[in-house]
Amino acid sequence: MDSELITVTIDGKEVKVIPGTTVLEAARTAGIHIPTLCHHDDLCSEALYQQTASTPHQGEHSHQHEESAMLSTPSSCRICLVEVEGLPRLHASCALPIHNAMTVRTTSTAIRHARRDILELMMSEHYGDCFACARNGTCELQKLCADYGVTSERFGRPHEPLFEKSAPGNIIVRDQNKCILCRRCVRMCALYQGVYALTTEGRGDHSRIATFMGKEMKDAACINCGQCINRCPTGALTERDDTESVWHAIEDPDKMVVIQTAPAPRAAIGEMFGCEPGTPLTFQMNTALRRVGFDKVFDTNFSADLTIMEEGSELISRLYKALVLKDNTAALPQFTSCSPGWIKFIEHFYPQYLPNLSSAKSPQQMMGAVLKTYFAEKNGWDPSKIVSVSLMPCTAKKFESARPEMDASGYRDVDYALTTRELGRMFKQAGIELPKLDKSPFDDPFGTPTGSGVIFGATGGVMEAALRTVLEIVTGEKIESLFDHADIKPVRGFDGVRMAEVTIGKVGPVPEILSHLVPDFEWLKGVTVRVGLAHGTVNAIRVMKDIEEGGPLSKCHFIEFMACPGGCLGGGGQPIPTDREIRAARAKAIYSEDATYVVRKSHENEDVLRIYREFFKEGPCSHKSHELLHTHYKERV
Amino acid sequence: MDAQQTLRTEVEQLVRVHGRTRTALMPILQDLNRAHSYISEDAMLAVSDALNVPRAEVYGVATFYSYFSVKPRGTYVIRICRTISCAKQGEYHPAIAALFDELEIGMGETTSDGMFTIEQTNCIGMCDQGPAMMVNEIPHIKLTEASVRSILNEYRHAALAAKKAQ
Ligand code: SF4
Ligand code: SF4
Ligand code: SF4
Ligand code: FES
Ligand code: FES
Repeated sequence: MDSELITVTIDGKEVKVIPGTTVLEAARTAGIHIPTLCHHDDLCSEALYQQTASTPHQGEHSHQHEESAMLSTPSSCRICLVEVEGLPRLHASCALPIHNAMTVRTTSTAIRHARRDILELMMSEHYGDCFACARNGTCELQKLCADYGVTSERFGRPHEPLFEKSAPGNIIVRDQNKCILCRRCVRMCALYQGVYALTTEGRGDHSRIATFMGKEMKDAACINCGQCINRCPTGALTERDDTESVWHAIEDPDKMVVIQTAPAPRAAIGEMFGCEPGTPLTFQMNTALRRVGFDKVFDTNFSADLTIMEEGSELISRLYKALVLKDNTAALPQFTSCSPGWIKFIEHFYPQYLPNLSSAKSPQQMMGAVLKTYFAEKNGWDPSKIVSVSLMPCTAKKFESARPEMDASGYRDVDYALTTRELGRMFKQAGIELPKLDKSPFDDPFGTPTGSGVIFGATGGVMEAALRTVLEIVTGEKIESLFDHADIKPVRGFDGVRMAEVTIGKVGPVPEILSHLVPDFEWLKGVTVRVGLAHGTVNAIRVMKDIEEGGPLSKCHFIEFMACPGGCLGGGGQPIPTDREIRAARAKAIYSEDATYVVRKSHENEDVLRIYREFFKEGPCSHKSHELLHTHYKERV
Repeated sequence: MDAQQTLRTEVEQLVRVHGRTRTALMPILQDLNRAHSYISEDAMLAVSDALNVPRAEVYGVATFYSYFSVKPRGTYVIRICRTISCAKQGEYHPAIAALFDELEIGMGETTSDGMFTIEQTNCIGMCDQGPAMMVNEIPHIKLTEASVRSILNEYRHAALAAKKAQ
């Protein structure tokens, strides 16, 4: 409705906007760039609205944030100042809603000088040198200082640290000396993750970002998702750097250093080398990893498929127990367990639902366990000499790999979990120009590329892979007869909470591999399997509330939870920056990689079938697989 | 009842008075702060659970206001006005010096018997009658060396009487 729109003129360009749009947003629409530090595109009202959107199943939009005090940008940095004709002084464009026609200038001598002053004032409280900073080159503050010609320390600079750095042992590492109090981290943690681990402590020039009681991150109720890191404009938040330890292992002639790579980093690591988001570099990365010195390069897709076999079988046997044996210890809906941020989340905030979690370890941990047992035996390697590294899009994987219970083989399943950012740095240190390398395959015996494993990297992917396998096994029919090209579209997309259902028509015979779990599938005939999905733990809260209230999600059989917005591709260890478009481009890369593979179903992965023939001979969810591939959880405060 | 349980009961009583809403956060924190001279970790956890306000947010609010404290303080918190009219009377006004002298503590410290804490405050609206200070919520004005000593003694007596009454 054109009549409702207001015309604003920004730098001579006319734009029509709906009332209430901020000048900053209007400028974006006009293609005019205004710098921001406290505003982040993921934290503007539109993004927040979309982020908690639901499929129609969920009824009206239910918004988690309605009463949160953190909805609007704090407008504390003032870098987005503009001039408005007829108004005195400069105005922060991110906090200036348009209600009447106005004429705005985003650049003038006054604006340039004011922005430079602001930056110089920020630097007057900023301790630390860029060359020694993890964000050197990706720091928004540093970039603005360069852009606005900050060449002097006009207001001085601290020569001593004003704050102590985080103590050792933290996965989320903070350096308050570099914090500009933009509060992106606080809002991200609250609005997307619903964790509220961070707050602003104190007031005025005593303000600082803190956890409850000023505890170290490791002692706070933080899920290590790293979403705060990905939004921080500066080096105030980073993940623990494990690259030196990995280099050290690589140089040790006595050690066999192997690496597994998860699907999401492949779709993103190119961004660190100047590629467009969504440029898949899967096989170039294999070449690079060998060049860096890894002895074997494995595909986490293999263990993602293994996870589907274990988790899917667990689901079938839970359903059998609940529907046929009326055994109420079989908790439904079953929750996925591959996102370690989500695991810590439920341990902290919904411990009463721990029985609903699948006991299956995540693909990272399964691969680790298999490498130091099956693979070591098969190849005559001494497991004590294997250093098992993983490349993950995720900072919470560092926590998961260090969980004390993850060593059933007698060795740590995974010794070091690297983020995409850390590995990108290692490549740079080795002088590798990743996009220019030749492609090379993964190492056997887990080398079969499978689409079902790849899509684990996107929200909905675990569910889609599980459905491809479970439905095919149960019905004995090709999934393509239900869904074109085996693309289960209803579970794809970016809505925060989604639901889908499939009614099982005919059933087939129980395959040999599952015969120890159920006698037949007759009981599933005519059953409508309902599944749900949530990404970004704030959406997990919505699901949990719905379950508590007996809503539609409580009727689901299986729910996928991914802690990070967008799923792993939006993980806290992925290259910075991130926004919806970048995440959508990465998702596209992941789904198109899936489409190119011949094997797109976990139960058709020949490597997976082989490991059940040769090693986990009693099949999924049997004694041995329980010992190595399953785990348990605990309540946390 | 352990200390934590006692606190939870206390917070529940306050919830009955102020309601179980986000807006009850401030009055509940005020009452807790008044009753204990500070708001402890356990108290904040109890408030967080009772009002369903994240604990970090409770902590953020509790640290925002300088009349709140999240660290233990004395039964009587003495706040010396440091704003210009009072300060103009001299930073080391003999009355203020007497305060430090009598209590044998410095700024921001608490006496070993847990009775007094000295803090600074901004203008308390007694500018024409400085030097001024507040003890908990009572202002004291036109301070002199002698008046400071007698004010302190009054509070000591009050504390003793309160103890005996228990
Ligand atoms: S945070 Fe940014 S500006 Fe500060 S030292 Fe690091 S790179 Fe430089
Ligand atoms: S890692 Fe995640 S949970 Fe922890 S503070 Fe950052 S955003 Fe919050
Ligand atoms: S830690 Fe980073 S994101 Fe958080 S307030 Fe400081 S600069 Fe902003
Ligand atoms: S981006 Fe507008 S004030 Fe910070
Ligand atoms: S200046 Fe001390 S009371 Fe106002």
